[in-house]
Amino acid sequence: MTQAQFSLGRILRLAALSFGAILFLAPYIFMISTAGKAQSEIFSSSLSLIPQTWSYAENFAKAFGRVSMAGLLFNGVVVCALILIVQVVVAIPCAYAMAKLSFAGARLMMALVMLGLLVPIHATALPLYVAFDRMSALNSYFALVAPFSISVFAIFLFLQFFRGIPDDLIHAARLDGMSEIGIVARVIVPNAWPAITAFSIFSVVAHWNDLFWPLIVVTNQSYATPPLGLLYFRAAEAGDDYGALMAATLIITLPLVLAFLLAQKRFVEGITMTGLKG
Amino acid sequence: MANLVLDHGAMASRSQKGARLAQRREARIAMALSAPALLLIFCFIILPTIAVIVLGFTDFELGYGSFNFVGFENYAELLNDRTFRKSLWNTTVYAAIVAPASMALGLGIALLIASEGWGKSLFRTAYFLPVASLLVAMATVWQYLFHPTIGPINAMLDMIGIQGPNWLGASKTVMTSLSIIGIWQSTGFNMVLFLAGLSAIPRELYQAAEVDGARSALSRFRLVTWPMLGPTTLFVTTISIINAVKVFETVKTLTEGGPNKASEVLLFTIYQEGFVFLRVGYASAMTVIFLAILVSLMFLQYRVMDRKVHYA
Repeated sequence: MTQAQFSLGRILRLAALSFGAILFLAPYIFMISTAGKAQSEIFSSSLSLIPQTWSYAENFAKAFGRVSMAGLLFNGVVVCALILIVQVVVAIPCAYAMAKLSFAGARLMMALVMLGLLVPIHATALPLYVAFDRMSALNSYFALVAPFSISVFAIFLFLQFFRGIPDDLIHAARLDGMSEIGIVARVIVPNAWPAITAFSIFSVVAHWNDLFWPLIVVTNQSYATPPLGLLYFRAAEAGDDYGALMAATLIITLPLVLAFLLAQKRFVEGITMTGLKG
Repeated sequence: MANLVLDHGAMASRSQKGARLAQRREARIAMALSAPALLLIFCFIILPTIAVIVLGFTDFELGYGSFNFVGFENYAELLNDRTFRKSLWNTTVYAAIVAPASMALGLGIALLIASEGWGKSLFRTAYFLPVASLLVAMATVWQYLFHPTIGPINAMLDMIGIQGPNWLGASKTVMTSLSIIGIWQSTGFNMVLFLAGLSAIPRELYQAAEVDGARSALSRFRLVTWPMLGPTTLFVTTISIINAVKVFETVKTLTEGGPNKASEVLLFTIYQEGFVFLRVGYASAMTVIFLAILVSLMFLQYRVMDRKVHYA
């Protein structure tokens, strides 16, 4: 398939792929270009991609000035990290028990997991909001993290992966006198890194991008996550200073895009493996 | 001899007892290991789901102390609620555009990339980038691209003498504009799933098809690729529709359901009723309908998958 000849078909194929790629990347190109343009130049609606007067410094200064960008990114990292850690710590022992130990509750657990896969946060948001309101727990990291502390999807994914780990490995560890917790930590986890990485990518992408739940439980800017902060920024800008808006957009998009570019093979594998859930 | 048998029996019963003890111990440990997950599933999934169904039968409003059970009144109101009907319709239109378009494009791009040796990962990165980007942020970029007077899209249309529409600002074009963003965002995801499906098709099948006279690429696609991709396609279809039904971010960021409710979608309407107007009971009834749609889509997928397996 990698023969070097350039047939007509191959040229057409490459042209189609390149054209499509440019279309898909166009928003990024315009974002970077516009983030460096002065207000007057943007309003002249010229199609030139290179700014006439370089205004990156001004636009970035505005972006950093209106909303605390560092605070937003910090909140995003804290919330995503807390969610991921709790999800993994809760799901792994449970998935191990369901995959490798026999107990009466296993069938019930399986039914609950399958049921849980059907219910997104959008369906449980109203009662959870009312409950958090009653507990005066709105506007806190707790409110942002708690509903996602359990990921039935993580249990489902790990369960399937753990079933493939040979029983002999576990028996040998037991004969060596390891406790079940020890087996989970020292036998299961080291063997399950591909599944754990895949799930981590899935979880971080989902919660870094989530707007719905933070929008509901956070009204105080100091707990805003990146998507929510960008909404505040848009409101403060009245949506017309596109230079500053694009600069803010660039800052907020960059971390995840960079992470993706650096580890794209793992990203794609992770998304394929976890593709079960969008 | 008899002694030996007796001994054997005693040993067996002892080891049986030991086995039972070990079994009970194993069950205890298993319960302990899954207890935290069980508790959290109960608190954050089962209980709230039951609560939302119950709340759907009440007139509960946040800020009022008491509430009454009103039977199916909320559902009766929903039937005549023009906003809700509009939002159901818009969600359907959005899903009907975005799901097939992003699937067709995703499959097409996956086929092109898979058959091209050069620049595989480069192209994959380019098309996948929107999936890894913050949608709220990229929606802001699209707002600029779609801007009626200063936006690059209309500027380009102007160059070839077409007067561009007021994309996100006019009720006629707003759903189309949101759909374009939706397609842009989800095509890469579908492409990656199709690429995985394609790489799982054994090479020999193509050789066999060629021997059997399938000379053109099209007939090889029809005879081998398409049938072998069946499970992937079914899976991508369900996910694409479900994700399209969940559209929220772009609407909240760009249009707030406007202009004139022309881009009101299911999740946005629920958000508005429940969390802005605080009519929790009424919004719960909407949520139940939203959940019913998702569950029936999943159920449909299971059914189709089941039939496929039986055929095979």
